[in-house]
Amino acid sequence: MTAVISLPASLDEHTFEQVFADLAAIPAGSKVLVDGRKVRWASPFGLTALLCLPQSRPDDTMTFALPELHDTLSYWQRAGFVHHAASVYELLGEVPRQRAEHERNVLLEVTPITESDDVHAVVGRIQQKAADILHGQLHLDAAVTGAFGMTLSEACQNIVEHAGTGGWVAVQTYNYAKTLGRRVVQIAVCDAGVGFRRSLESTPAHRRSDRWGDATALEDAVVRAHSRFRHGDAGRGQGLAGIRRFIGRWNGKMSVRSGTARIVIAQGWDDDAPMTEGLAAFPGAQMQILIPERLESEVPARPRGAAASARGRGTR
Amino acid sequence: MMMHIDLGTVLRGSVCDLYSNLVTRPTGAAVRSAIERQVQEIGAPIVTTIDFSQVQLLDFSCADEIVAKLLLRYSDVDGPRGYLTVRGLSDSHLDPIESVLERHGLALVSWHQGEAELFGHVDDDERTHWEVVRDHGPVTTATVASILSMDEDRTGAQLTRLAGRRLIMPRDGGYTVPGSVRGTT
Repeated sequence: MTAVISLPASLDEHTFEQVFADLAAIPAGSKVLVDGRKVRWASPFGLTALLCLPQSRPDDTMTFALPELHDTLSYWQRAGFVHHAASVYELLGEVPRQRAEHERNVLLEVTPITESDDVHAVVGRIQQKAADILHGQLHLDAAVTGAFGMTLSEACQNIVEHAGTGGWVAVQTYNYAKTLGRRVVQIAVCDAGVGFRRSLESTPAHRRSDRWGDATALEDAVVRAHSRFRHGDAGRGQGLAGIRRFIGRWNGKMSVRSGTARIVIAQGWDDDAPMTEGLAAFPGAQMQILIPERLESEVPARPRGAAASARGRGTR
Repeated sequence: MMMHIDLGTVLRGSVCDLYSNLVTRPTGAAVRSAIERQVQEIGAPIVTTIDFSQVQLLDFSCADEIVAKLLLRYSDVDGPRGYLTVRGLSDSHLDPIESVLERHGLALVSWHQGEAELFGHVDDDERTHWEVVRDHGPVTTATVASILSMDEDRTGAQLTRLAGRRLIMPRDGGYTVPGSVRGTT
């Protein structure tokens, strides 16, 4: 018998929880149909997380039913999802012929990350487009481009260094109308690998406690910048700390789901719970970084040379 | 003797012709090893300057592998002699570099548009003394103490500490900032 997971019409980090829960309830070794026929829209998180489902269940046979809506399917194809879905799912539905059309909302198509060279490739690929979109469309000042590339690099390196398997990254802009009423850019980086808890448990210094679990592991990694490589190398763990600073500076939001917990670092505009526990178990780590558009009225007047005069002035 | 190392050239020569960004730890480690080889081959120059001008993007991992680990090597008793400075830092390089310096309690002299800057983990007193040396060097302890209206012993101790951190260097009976050509003919 085939177990069916019906995807919601809108697939983002919140609605995806039902998908994780449905999958967790299906015994290993099953035939699973992930039914995407009614999906109308998916965030980069939704697309990359969908590709992790078969990777999380190597003993299952997974089939994916493509969206019926032509615009959705066409967009997913241009965003690179359909191509990669064919490598991890058996696909059901007619795949439209690929058009070599530029998709203005896609900064980075769905891309596999397995090794350091992949990180170089994605960072190199997005630079010019990132400047055009972040500065041109989202009105963020030019300094965001370098910081954005750095954030993307560190997020992808988490897969290479900690997942133990490959993972997926995608970057897109879209209108975040319901919560914020403005455009956002979203980086989604998902894998179905080791996850934060098991990664940190592998350190020689790790001591189990009664409180230890996915939530405390996320707190350690995201808030306290712990890393399994910290033992003997004090420089480790700075990537996530850097992403947190990026979020703070650009009024963004970051969420990381791993195992059964999800941590959120957000600004005032978002009322997501800072920590959620007791979620359906899913391996690996699924990260989402969201940076909102800046409205013209929010652009601060800045005296010329302000940045230059502040250089080299830090104190302890 | 001064040695200038262009990071863009090292990156393309030691890692991959196609890369123009300093990202990922393996890349940073490969670049650091190449720099250490160059410094070793040339026989411990007095001042080594790492030039970031050709580097578009620098992430935290690379900043840690290159800047922090090189500085840690220089502060090691068995490490290379001499002084390490950087130049060509853009504003986008500053966040990762300052972060890794703070993390390790390190500080670094950077040259920007002909002026020396001090980044990283330094307190106000250290910075004040360093700035006098930068602005007046080569300068004696007595002169620094006079400029700051401070006790000479205290100033001497602070300058010795800055020299130990290789943020200033002895010259002409006083101190100057590494990489400075002012006061020499």
